[in-house]
Amino acid sequence: MSVIPRPHWLRRTLPGPWFLVAFAIALPAILAVGVVAGAFFNPDTEVWPHLLEFVLPRVLSNTFWLVLGVAILTTILGTGLAWLTAICEFPGRGVFAWALLLPLAIPGYVLGFVAIGLLEYAGPVQGFLREWLGPGSWLPPIRSRAGIIVVLSLTLYPYVYLVARGAFLTQGKRVLEVAQSVGFNSVQGFFKVALPMARPWIAGGVMLVVMETLADFGTVAVFNYDTLTIAIYHAWFGLFSVRAALQLASFLVMGVFIVVVVERWLRTRARYHPGKSPPGGRIRLGVRNRWLSFACCGLVLSLAFLLPFTQLLIWAWRDVVTGGLDLRFWGFAWRSVSLSLTAAGTITVAALLLNYAMRLDPHPLSHLAGRIATLGYAMPGTVLAIGIFVPLAFVNNQLQAILDFLFAANAPQLTLQTGLATMLLAYLVRFLAVAHQPVAANMLRITPAIDESVRVLGVSGWASLRRVHFPMLKTGLLTAFALAFVDLMKEMPITLMTRPFGWETLAVRVFEMTSEGQWQQAALPACAIVLVGLLPVVILTRRSDHEA
Amino acid sequence: MTSKNAFLVLAGALLIAACTPPADSSLVVYSARNEQLIKPVFDLYEEETGIQIDFVTDKAEVLMQRLVAEGKNSPADLLITVDAGNLWHAAREGLFQPVESSVLEANIPAHLRDRDRQWFGISVRARTIVYDPAAVSRDELVNYFDLAKPKWNGRLCLRTSKKVYNQSLVAMLIAQYGERETEAVVRAWVDNLATDVFSDDTRLMKAILAGQCQLGVVNSYYFGRLQKAQPDLPLALFWPDASDGGVHVNVAGAGVTRFAPRRAKAVAFLEWLSQPAAQAVFANVGMEFPANPAVEADPLVLSWGAFEASPIDVVTAGELQADAVRLMDRARYY
Repeated sequence: MSVIPRPHWLRRTLPGPWFLVAFAIALPAILAVGVVAGAFFNPDTEVWPHLLEFVLPRVLSNTFWLVLGVAILTTILGTGLAWLTAICEFPGRGVFAWALLLPLAIPGYVLGFVAIGLLEYAGPVQGFLREWLGPGSWLPPIRSRAGIIVVLSLTLYPYVYLVARGAFLTQGKRVLEVAQSVGFNSVQGFFKVALPMARPWIAGGVMLVVMETLADFGTVAVFNYDTLTIAIYHAWFGLFSVRAALQLASFLVMGVFIVVVVERWLRTRARYHPGKSPPGGRIRLGVRNRWLSFACCGLVLSLAFLLPFTQLLIWAWRDVVTGGLDLRFWGFAWRSVSLSLTAAGTITVAALLLNYAMRLDPHPLSHLAGRIATLGYAMPGTVLAIGIFVPLAFVNNQLQAILDFLFAANAPQLTLQTGLATMLLAYLVRFLAVAHQPVAANMLRITPAIDESVRVLGVSGWASLRRVHFPMLKTGLLTAFALAFVDLMKEMPITLMTRPFGWETLAVRVFEMTSEGQWQQAALPACAIVLVGLLPVVILTRRSDHEA
Repeated sequence: MTSKNAFLVLAGALLIAACTPPADSSLVVYSARNEQLIKPVFDLYEEETGIQIDFVTDKAEVLMQRLVAEGKNSPADLLITVDAGNLWHAAREGLFQPVESSVLEANIPAHLRDRDRQWFGISVRARTIVYDPAAVSRDELVNYFDLAKPKWNGRLCLRTSKKVYNQSLVAMLIAQYGERETEAVVRAWVDNLATDVFSDDTRLMKAILAGQCQLGVVNSYYFGRLQKAQPDLPLALFWPDASDGGVHVNVAGAGVTRFAPRRAKAVAFLEWLSQPAAQAVFANVGMEFPANPAVEADPLVLSWGAFEASPIDVVTAGELQADAVRLMDRARYY
């Protein structure tokens, strides 16, 4: 990749050719975000006074506390558990290392529904307590702010866990040894040295968690907890104002954009180049701490995965026994898997290209394009679907008009706004962020020093990519693929809106059942989603464990 | 997984995912009524007439935005939704075209269809009071307004106001009693709540069974479904008398889209939907009441007794929905 030397001042003001790559990848996101943000300038003056007075204050406060609570709890859970399974030795560590990622495959609203079903007044736990301890027995209400914070954190902490664990595995015990040599004990060493060094990765993971929380609709609906996303649908479905809904969505997008920019600005203040030194063994914990660690990991795993999955299995079994496992089910499963594989591959490739573009051409515009490209993750699914659908339908209509003009009655009928290409495009806008983070984190490891030594050794261009960069990026790419795949298996609103006739996935099936309150019938496809989503997650962690 | 294997998997998946059979559609329907409820109807139609129906399901408002964005190139012939409010909104957005049909006018009563013949109700659902007979005597119950009385304090359970069923109910109350009175009543409902509002009707009924509250307001078909699962369900439905305002009903309905490419076929399908055979399947699959008065409902549904529907036109649910939503926001009914 030889670069034509340009004068220094020109290099700084104009973006290079790689900017076009970044721009091309970001273009669908820019369009979708543009449609949503453009609504900002088209206020529905009839609805806004009512929203401002009666809806927004409560909704914004709810959203703030939810995001804050989930961010804090996932950081604690993810970082703490990652430290335990990466650096410490205790019984069951090997299994917990990959098992703690399993909750990723459980959709938040499933855990929410199971938790509420078990712990609410009419549920078995409270029923049992009332029987044995009398009618005065009391449990903290599950349908509360604390309840939804805990439930969302249990399904989202794997994002932080994954990146934190990668960071700690790389640092190894040596970081602690260095800290101890300066006089810190192991606890101080963790907080003062290990944690700050892993900060950029952890921040990236928390960013994903925050975006997912903001975009979440299913879990907050099950808890009846009114967030900004609920307000968006409230304006659209209840007050019949799609304009007001898009405006609220534009606020959401702008808010996320500001947060992302601030976070990256804070992060780029320091340069992190951890060495890929071997971990140097694990810390052996004392007897009490050993079993405490086991208990912590076991508790989290049970609550976040074993419990909801067992409940799903029980319901699914009842469904299977009454004949639910028919040919159509396998059709849905196949459709889900093939679609998710295709889309995950596309998204991973796009994430790789985007990261290279931002790396090779560190022009502010490239970075801007990169930021916008990942905003789709924070938008509520249905709003994003509209943002993709409307411009595509517009383009479709213009092209159709041209065809009609040219061919009159024999004009072929176009349907650009639905179909596989459209779905892939929409998925790209939505999930680029989730693939971008792991690849970006991995790329940080390819330091300029490595690049220079590669050049000195005479390897350049595609060879350097293939023989040096690619092996170093493999874990990041696989992580990106796995995370995107799991998210795609669970995706519903975009699939609903852009699919061709007769295409039905497992997630769509779950939606059809749950929107009619038929939760038990939703269990079988939900189980399938979880099982299929588990495979890449498990393969991924066991592989990264071997590497380290 | 080597990059070569990954590429092969990707290419294979892409190929297979792209292979959809060419759409030889004879009718295209956008349906807000879920797949498991509407497919039996479409299958029956295909059996009887040989015409295949291609359909897409999604939320009603999303389907409407889709129709708006697609404009005159939309492939849809029919739009089916599950609430009169949505039907009214779709008609107001100009998404339907009027249908002149003596068959439809004969089979569907006037108060269940649009005055301008843009849409027609296909099945009816009632939203009424469910109660625990062990804790509440039938004589104590009057109607929805009465639930505001202090005697119900701490005994009432309601579903969230965000669900369109409650929005239509409050819209009907506004039409019957005026906005100021209705707002006072809704505020009193909130004061009488035993616990936070529920996100679905079945949960609400389970709470009544557990004793957390003693009565609530649910859709008749959720009650029916629970009763089917538990035949000795110790709950009962209460139908307000006609003199007390009657029972709030709503419709699932359909209309021909404005730019339908196969208009005649669409009208024929609509007419078929209003006939007894289709009515039975459409309504009974979901435990609802057929819109065609000549068709009998499912025996379990009949066992709940006859009732007088509120005289308010169902289309009012749409006209007053935005007002109802604002009212509920003001009254802090979430």
